[in-house]
Amino acid sequence: MNWLKYALKRLLMLIPVIIAVTFVLFVILSFAPGDVARIILGDDATQEQVAALRHEMGLDQPLLVRYVNYMIDVLHFDFGTSWISGYDILPEFARRLPYTLLVTTLSVLFAVGVGIPLGIASAIKQHSLLDYGSTFLVMLLASMPAFWLGTLCQILFCLTLRWLPVSGVGSWQHYILPSIILGASTLATMIRMSRTSMLDVIKMDYIRTARAKGASEQKILYHHAMRNSLIPVVTQIGISFAGGIGGAVVTENIFAIPGIGAMLINAVKGRDVPVVMGTIIFVTIIVGVINLIVDLICAVVDPRIDFAA
Amino acid sequence: MLRKKKKPLSEYSSWELVGYRFRKNKLAMLGVFMFMFILLVTLFAPLFVPYEKVIEQNVVDKLQGPSSKYIFGTDELGRDLFARVLYGGRVSLLCGLAIIGIAFVFGAIIGGIAGFVGGKVDTILMRIVDALMAVPSALLAMAIITALGNGVWKLVIALSIAQVSRFARTVRSSVLTLRNMEYIEAAKCYGSSSFRTIIKHILPNGIGPIVVAATLTLGAVILSISSMGYLGLGVASPTPEWGTIISENKVNIRYYPYLGIIPGLCIMLTVMAVNFIGDGLRDAFDPKSKN
Repeated sequence: MNWLKYALKRLLMLIPVIIAVTFVLFVILSFAPGDVARIILGDDATQEQVAALRHEMGLDQPLLVRYVNYMIDVLHFDFGTSWISGYDILPEFARRLPYTLLVTTLSVLFAVGVGIPLGIASAIKQHSLLDYGSTFLVMLLASMPAFWLGTLCQILFCLTLRWLPVSGVGSWQHYILPSIILGASTLATMIRMSRTSMLDVIKMDYIRTARAKGASEQKILYHHAMRNSLIPVVTQIGISFAGGIGGAVVTENIFAIPGIGAMLINAVKGRDVPVVMGTIIFVTIIVGVINLIVDLICAVVDPRIDFAA
Repeated sequence: MLRKKKKPLSEYSSWELVGYRFRKNKLAMLGVFMFMFILLVTLFAPLFVPYEKVIEQNVVDKLQGPSSKYIFGTDELGRDLFARVLYGGRVSLLCGLAIIGIAFVFGAIIGGIAGFVGGKVDTILMRIVDALMAVPSALLAMAIITALGNGVWKLVIALSIAQVSRFARTVRSSVLTLRNMEYIEAAKCYGSSSFRTIIKHILPNGIGPIVVAATLTLGAVILSISSMGYLGLGVASPTPEWGTIISENKVNIRYYPYLGIIPGLCIMLTVMAVNFIGDGLRDAFDPKSKN
């Protein structure tokens, strides 16, 4: 039951963070210029009409009052409507989120599935051809812009070779390239971290002890070294997931995936404040929950982590 | 002839040791040369090609591959890609350096105050930093762009704010570790002022991890600038910027690959050079972390 208490505590700790995040965002976005009421009503509207709408939207109230009103609405699951297109933000977000979450999850799975074995293998066979090859791959992937890699791969694999669909969603093939592209930088991190971590662990005394007492190399690797070397890597997965959702905006743009990325970019371009606000709050909550899950997984991998602390 | 005798390693000061280890690192030195080359070539761009070429349209010469007349070829509007890439590099690099500089200064102030003053001030500042760090930095930058709008300087401000929290954290933890060191206490005992303590004792000892973080962040920031340009949220066409150049040539890259490959390679090589330097500095400041 200890972990349940811990999880609840962490969830409760998320509340002040969310309040702080919304407040900071609210202050930042209040600097957006232009009269929203004027934009909505158009140039033909009279001064009175604009003033009436401003009053109706509560825009003539002080910042703090608007913030409190916004938070009360949020607690009632009302994130408002888009200033530009007029859609309800919450249902629109809920409709788009699965695409983003799917691509991000697949990309992290790809990075973990390929990166950890490759990192561990290059640590065990340090200074081998495999090690140098994977180090080179890490250098490349870490310095390539995702939109560039994505555009080039799209041209090569989708348009020229016609192996994969160019864009959109529909079949599972549509998700292959976007996930790989989004996962590319995470892959670099995973390879590097699991390699470094494994190299640290295999120098430890207890590995020498295990070897001295005659344990097989396989047992040493899987039983003693792997579990310990994976702890920092698992923590990194949570951080990568957060970065992945940010990166998804770019990937969704290249492959025309109808996730939250397109919604956010249009909102930023059109200065659609409630949409930007709502999207970022949601993403922050999701990232917070994922980090919590990752910490719980860490505790399963590493029994030394004490929930009571 | 009198020759200056080489000092043995054991007599090196800690800063000389850092320099020695850095110079011994081949990848780091390669990074320095690559970065200096790219920086000098873009800064002295007017020596190679006049700025007018960046916007001058020669429809007759449109979409020509690399040749002796156009080293990098031309785009759809007949603009010289070499000129655009060269002047675009100025925007990408100078913005990147400006962002790191601003984030560094403000991060140092916030983190320094939080670490030094402690107590309530520390709690309040760190709660704000926590809030900023809970939001993925790309999204935070987008929120700020929503408020400020497009443009080179606005992008610089947005990305700086998105990075300040990271620097504030690093600086604060450096200060917290150093604050309780005995030599700091000793300095205070013989009457060193707070200002002197910070400048003479804390700064030289705590700057290492901060410089490393700054260098490694520079690579990430250069990537962010170009991604924003690609998404149409950063530097807007016709001002050249590496990401913007790729974005404006998107439709033509398939049949004229040089339009995409050349600016992309520029981004990649720059980021790679910066990362080499950052990794080299990290190993030089903390040789134990080396594997």
